[in-house]
Amino acid sequence: MADTVLFEFLHTEMVAELWAHDPDPGPGVSAGLRGEEAGATKGQKMSLSVLEGMGFRVGQALGERLPRETLAFREELDVLKFLCKDLWVAVFQKQMDSLRTNHQFLAFTCGLLRGALYTLGIESVVTASVAALPVCKFQVVIPKS
Amino acid sequence: MAVCIAVIAKENYPLYIRSTPTENELKFHYMVHTSLDVVDEKISAMGKALVDQRELYLGLLYPTEDYKVYGYVTNSKVKFVMVVDSSNTALRDNEIRSMFRKLHNSYTDVMCNPFYNPGDRIQAFDNMVTSMMIQVC
Repeated sequence: MADTVLFEFLHTEMVAELWAHDPDPGPGVSAGLRGEEAGATKGQKMSLSVLEGMGFRVGQALGERLPRETLAFREELDVLKFLCKDLWVAVFQKQMDSLRTNHQFLAFTCGLLRGALYTLGIESVVTASVAALPVCKFQVVIPKS
Repeated sequence: MAVCIAVIAKENYPLYIRSTPTENELKFHYMVHTSLDVVDEKISAMGKALVDQRELYLGLLYPTEDYKVYGYVTNSKVKFVMVVDSSNTALRDNEIRSMFRKLHNSYTDVMCNPFYNPGDRIQAFDNMVTSMMIQVC
């Protein structure tokens, strides 16, 4: 198995590269800069959504590969159980201590979760919030159809 | 050996379909299309049945006089349909299952290919599928 540090380096570089054009003013400052920096914040949103999109695609692939030998999922509950147990262990077992505060580092992971859910038939919106390290909360919102 | 193999997406359009180059390939396309109804029936039956039998392999969908049609569905609701020649000494269930397993593995590999966009036609199956189909001389 490849070393986890490989992905960590790649992820850090991805974030750095996408952020290079739009320095992050930080959550507290952005309110004051709203007037003049509308262009810059829009750039950041683009970078975030690019990162999230990459995570989404990887999540789709994971959603195909991981449940391969498991039996067919019959309802949403099965999908969520799979997400919480198998997917979480496979992805985060190796990364539990490397989550960081800034949103840019979590964008990829949110996309990953959204991609895996989408491939298994659930459309959702995933956001992340960090109350205190090293705990990170992912909120999955499934709209009632 | 299979006579026709098809991979159908969640939204019921074909991602890959290939049959042995006999005349009247359209017939196979129709058969695959009609078998989709049977697949949907089986999927919804599986959802409601209390039997604890949730398998990805759906088994024989329906037999015609010349051919038999088998189905398999993945967790992402992608369906594989295979048409086999009935005159062939009846292929055993295990062989069909292993063919579907190979298909599923190849499909997963295609999904993991970063250059592949989910929902496009699949180009990468040909080698594997040729080995499964009848050699027409």
